[in-house]
Amino acid sequence: MHLQTLPWIILFLPLLAAVVITLFTQRDRKTSATLSISAIVIGFVLTVIFIKANSFNPEVKEVSLNWLDIGPLQAEFGLRLDALSLMMLLVVTGVGSAIHIYSWGYMHEDRCFSRFFASLSLFTFSMLGIVMANNFLQMFISWELVGVSSYLLIGFWYEKASAADAAKKAFITNRLGDFGFMLGILIVWAALGSLNFGKLEAGLADNPAALGSLATLGGLLVFCGAMGKSAQFPLHVWLPDAMEGPTPVSALIHAATMVAAGVYMLSRTFFIYTPEALQVIAWIGGCTALLAALVAVQQNDIKRILAYSTLSQLGYMVMAVGLAAPEAGMFHLTTHAFFKALLFLGAGSVIHAMHHEQDIWRMGGLCKKMPVTYWTFMVGTMALAGVWPLSGFFSKDAILAAAWHHSMPLFIIGVGVAALTTFYMFRLVFVAFLGGERSHEVGHAHESPWVMTWPLRILAVFSIVGGVIGVEALFGGMLHPGGEHPHGLAAQLVYPFKHAPVAALSGLAAFGIGLFAAWTLYARAKEDPLPARIGTLSRWMRDRFYFDELYEATVIKVHDATAAVVDWFDRWLIGFAAVRGSAGATSLFGNVLRFIQSGSLQAYAFLLVLGVAVILFFVLGR
Amino acid sequence: MNVGLEHYLVVSAVLFALGLLGVVTRRNILVIYMSLELMLNAANLALVAFSRFNNNLDGQVMVFFIITVAAAEVAVGLALIVALYRRRQTTHVEDLNLLKH
Repeated sequence: MHLQTLPWIILFLPLLAAVVITLFTQRDRKTSATLSISAIVIGFVLTVIFIKANSFNPEVKEVSLNWLDIGPLQAEFGLRLDALSLMMLLVVTGVGSAIHIYSWGYMHEDRCFSRFFASLSLFTFSMLGIVMANNFLQMFISWELVGVSSYLLIGFWYEKASAADAAKKAFITNRLGDFGFMLGILIVWAALGSLNFGKLEAGLADNPAALGSLATLGGLLVFCGAMGKSAQFPLHVWLPDAMEGPTPVSALIHAATMVAAGVYMLSRTFFIYTPEALQVIAWIGGCTALLAALVAVQQNDIKRILAYSTLSQLGYMVMAVGLAAPEAGMFHLTTHAFFKALLFLGAGSVIHAMHHEQDIWRMGGLCKKMPVTYWTFMVGTMALAGVWPLSGFFSKDAILAAAWHHSMPLFIIGVGVAALTTFYMFRLVFVAFLGGERSHEVGHAHESPWVMTWPLRILAVFSIVGGVIGVEALFGGMLHPGGEHPHGLAAQLVYPFKHAPVAALSGLAAFGIGLFAAWTLYARAKEDPLPARIGTLSRWMRDRFYFDELYEATVIKVHDATAAVVDWFDRWLIGFAAVRGSAGATSLFGNVLRFIQSGSLQAYAFLLVLGVAVILFFVLGR
Repeated sequence: MNVGLEHYLVVSAVLFALGLLGVVTRRNILVIYMSLELMLNAANLALVAFSRFNNNLDGQVMVFFIITVAAAEVAVGLALIVALYRRRQTTHVEDLNLLKH
């Protein structure tokens, strides 16, 4: 088989699975799950084969068909295969495979098992569409498809009002960002006359001023799309609520892949951002990271802690892009996909064992009941906290190093966030897994079945080695431009300390401080000691800095008022005056004129003749 | 007396008016129908008169057509009246006012 057809197969297999499941195998749970899982696992295997054959730098970087040709608009349907997309492909299919398998165990008792897998496959297809798109239009379509499948999956348990609301919130918030994204695409198209990434990049390289005065605005509008999808401040409110979906969904979509799409898109379109736009992007990322880390400190729901942690790490990645180091952002995206998926799946395993109890203060002492879950969760936590030599350390260090070189305030924020990250993650571990049993459910908890623990083990291995293995092949010269490239494992391991020692050591110091604080406060805590110590601040953190309330009071109020005016206009001016008014007038006239209808033939004949006579008189008589 | 075009037209107009009067005032639908024929023939008379005095045969051809069509019309009309009578047992127009408001 021709090697170039492989990406097409990878892309369309999940769609095929989704269609077949929806149309034919709704009732057959086992076939549905098998179809969906094999679609993504085959995708993963084919990706590996493709990369083995081509390395990360295929000769043919684009395969495309002409799709639409309307005047000046030429839209292709094509795939772009370079290091960036191939790496993302590997992450999406790899992590996705683990999560698909895990879902079999987690969702086993659900009534709508098949529907779940159909939505999951649809999501996989759309995500692969974003990853491999070679032009803005195709990416935008996949972007929206991802939004739809995310909506379907968050609202999977739609009979629960909170899940339905969360799904709507996610969809609408994303729509806000996507509107900006679309405007950005239009600006780029209007200025450069093409949507193809390769052509745009070449065009901008030839003539950097091609975008003219709209350059910064266009870049920021495109960034709006990433802001929605990657849940950046101020559009971050939907992500924590999205945890209402099933846990595998939270792991796959709202931690590992979909929310990373924003960062991926920023890296893909990195060439269009002006320095001013990058400045804004970096600060928005930094603010999101700090804000979310602070909120995570005072959450008690295990999935919400992880959700805010995801927000915070996404802030990191966006900040990296803003600091002109998109490769560092992508590096963190990759390692984050591994350990955050691992953490979510671990949390899912705990929730499964605790019969859907999510409050960490009702857990405790789970380490003895669920050793595999505990140890893998611990690995994930350490990786997220950035312990050398786990994967998180290297990627976080790359971002901190970029911040160290570009912007001191952002470096300080980054280190602070790193300390907070360690603090809230170990708070979670100490409270949920160590210490005494806090409720009798813990007594009944037991380890999850193998379909759930094996994905945990595999992801744990990747969380450990993901920072050094294959990094060179993946990023090559991208990661350390200008500097010497570390060769070999040993050199990789110590590279951060040689390259930017301050950043690496600050990262480790942040870890130490966070761990120490968490240990003193939570190692033997019966209840949360923080509210007593920092009072108001703790309440603000717990209540998520009142963003939801703020939006409730401003955006939603304004929106409701507008809706009320429009409703009045529609109900009274259009509905009552225009529509029913004209209908009423017609029927009133009809009722009056009815009485002329006497039913007497001769009267009609007489009137007819009279009419003819009058006409004749006027036509001939004068 | 020299009979000119005007005389024919006057006769035609009188016939037409009589027919119209019949249509408007008579109550029996058969009589109304006959009056209608009278109006038709008044028109025919006018056409023939014009044809004769203008030395143009078009009018006469037209009259032939009218007579043919009128024959067909009479057949249909009488059939309708018979059907109506069978159903309603009346030929009085005052009783045929179902389409009143």
